[in-house]
Amino acid sequence: MSYHVDEKGYYGEFGGAYIPEMLYPNVEELRQNYLKIMQEESFQKEFHQLLKDYVGRPSPLYFAKRLSEKYNTKIYLKREDLNHTGAHKVNNTIGQILMAKRLGKNRIIAETGAGQHGVATATVCALMGIECIVYMGEIDIARQAPNVARMKMLGAKVVPATSGSKTLKDATNEAIRDWINNPVDTHYIIGSVVGPHPYPDMVARFQSVVSEEIQKQLLEQENTAFPNHVIACVGGGSNAAGAFYHFLDEEKVNLIAVEAAGHGVDSGESAATSILGKEGIIHGSKTLLMQTKDGQITEPYSISAGLDYPGVGPLHAHLFKTGRAEFIAITDDQAMQAGLELTKLEGIIPAIESSHAFAVLKEKEFKKDDIVIINLSGRGDKDLDTYIKYFNL
Amino acid sequence: MNRIQQKLQENKKLVSIYFTAGYPTLTDTKSIIENLEKAGTDIIEIGLPFSDPLADGPTIQESSTKALKNGMNSEVLFEQLKDIRSTVNIPLIIMGYFNPMLQYGVEEFCKKCNEIGIDGLIIPDLPVDVYDEAYKSLFEKYNLTNIFLITPQTSDERIRYIDSISNGFIYMVSSASVTGAKNTFGEQQKAYFERINNLNLKTPQIVGFGISNKETFEQATTYAKGGIIGSAFVKHITNHPIGKIKDFFIFA
Repeated sequence: MSYHVDEKGYYGEFGGAYIPEMLYPNVEELRQNYLKIMQEESFQKEFHQLLKDYVGRPSPLYFAKRLSEKYNTKIYLKREDLNHTGAHKVNNTIGQILMAKRLGKNRIIAETGAGQHGVATATVCALMGIECIVYMGEIDIARQAPNVARMKMLGAKVVPATSGSKTLKDATNEAIRDWINNPVDTHYIIGSVVGPHPYPDMVARFQSVVSEEIQKQLLEQENTAFPNHVIACVGGGSNAAGAFYHFLDEEKVNLIAVEAAGHGVDSGESAATSILGKEGIIHGSKTLLMQTKDGQITEPYSISAGLDYPGVGPLHAHLFKTGRAEFIAITDDQAMQAGLELTKLEGIIPAIESSHAFAVLKEKEFKKDDIVIINLSGRGDKDLDTYIKYFNL
Repeated sequence: MNRIQQKLQENKKLVSIYFTAGYPTLTDTKSIIENLEKAGTDIIEIGLPFSDPLADGPTIQESSTKALKNGMNSEVLFEQLKDIRSTVNIPLIIMGYFNPMLQYGVEEFCKKCNEIGIDGLIIPDLPVDVYDEAYKSLFEKYNLTNIFLITPQTSDERIRYIDSISNGFIYMVSSASVTGAKNTFGEQQKAYFERINNLNLKTPQIVGFGISNKETFEQATTYAKGGIIGSAFVKHITNHPIGKIKDFFIFA
């Protein structure tokens, strides 16, 4: 069983490039070049230099002593929250901006939900002096004002998506439409392991620096390169893809993907795509997605804006279908409590997305000697308003 | 020979009209088709609305959103069209995105189209190679013509491949844009129209995207067999009663 993309762009039955002909030349250009460019020595050198000096990698693998005591197991946190811009997203945008430059593109577009990927894209565009346009749902613009301001300060143009449900999926549609209108000079930096092939594979490879570092750091700290469990939250799935990547073929490593159950899986307000989704096509990829019986894509819900995507990357759909990864759904309430617990026990305020991963500690028994890695994908600064309202702080 | 192939043999420039099924109201579908035929339309593209129409501009997006709110879906559309062939003779094509067809069941969808008398399908997000590999035989089994798109960025080699597996017309997207975006055609488009003409394809081409008046229709059909009008027509029925569809044809 392979968990990597095949030469046609599929993970098992999922993936592919279901795109209108108008996008074919852009996507094909990328498909033909992405591996070649990523393997160039000069690319690798520049990529790793920036990850080190600009992003601040390697991010620490921190042994969470008090959390470990509480749950009677060995818990390590992969501190992606300490990256520049506050989350794992920047690993991908650094990679893609270098890719765009080598493809000769001088205009960058991106979609964003809560604004984290938008900020990470605007940041690398400022760094490289490249024009940046970020599409963001009108509703998200209203509820994520600080990130909108950050993007503007960084020189990006934030364009409201006013169609459909006016959130992430519509922002993605608008970005795709922009790409159709500007096929020659523009590169589309997708923020997750979603979209047409080769995006899911390319983004997973850029994020794979996370599991690469985990292996090295674990070898130093525990004298083994293989943890027993790796836990990560999944919206589109990029931080999970990064945390799982080097363990995909090591079946002894249990992979746990945590989805947002919102108000409860059966509440009608949820983003638990693996459970509620059905096979279909979203944003150019065949994968699991939340949709009506008639095939219309529905709007998911989660308290965390980074997890409410109605689809999931094709890699994750494959991990779900094959049973390679365990999928657990965590409600808003469980996530918020877990976020507060981490704050109290370890002095780390996590992004609410990441809080979902921590809530698994209460749901699942781990052995005393198990090494459990939790990918702390982002910091909670952006979520203070939500925490304040939820806990009446 | 099906109705599309017969129509393409007529010695005239063809006018093809797109509209979104279920818009402005749910039950307008049949009467729009009948009025379009009476007004002289050669081919009709019936848009099956989708929640996330990636290749469409604002006009068709809005009509799709409204049509879905009105309750349009594959099943309703097939029910509305079940007797359409007792009144309408011109070629009818369903244009829609792939996911609703996938959920309906691709074979079941094709079978239903065949029963009703639909002649072809345009599915912008079903890639040519996937069609060729997985669905071509189904389409043939149910006598459906699949219409592929080409754009100014499509390479000659790929156009030749698309030409080789086409059995109706090629939908020639006029410029790098979503639907409805342009008002006139410039030098770039003219050069593209000429380039395609010089390829001497076996499949006739019909130009779409950006045709909104007599001038753009004539420019687009200098070499091509016809032109497709979508957004401009959707705007017309947004603002005028269905009985006035014939007024829209003053330009053509």
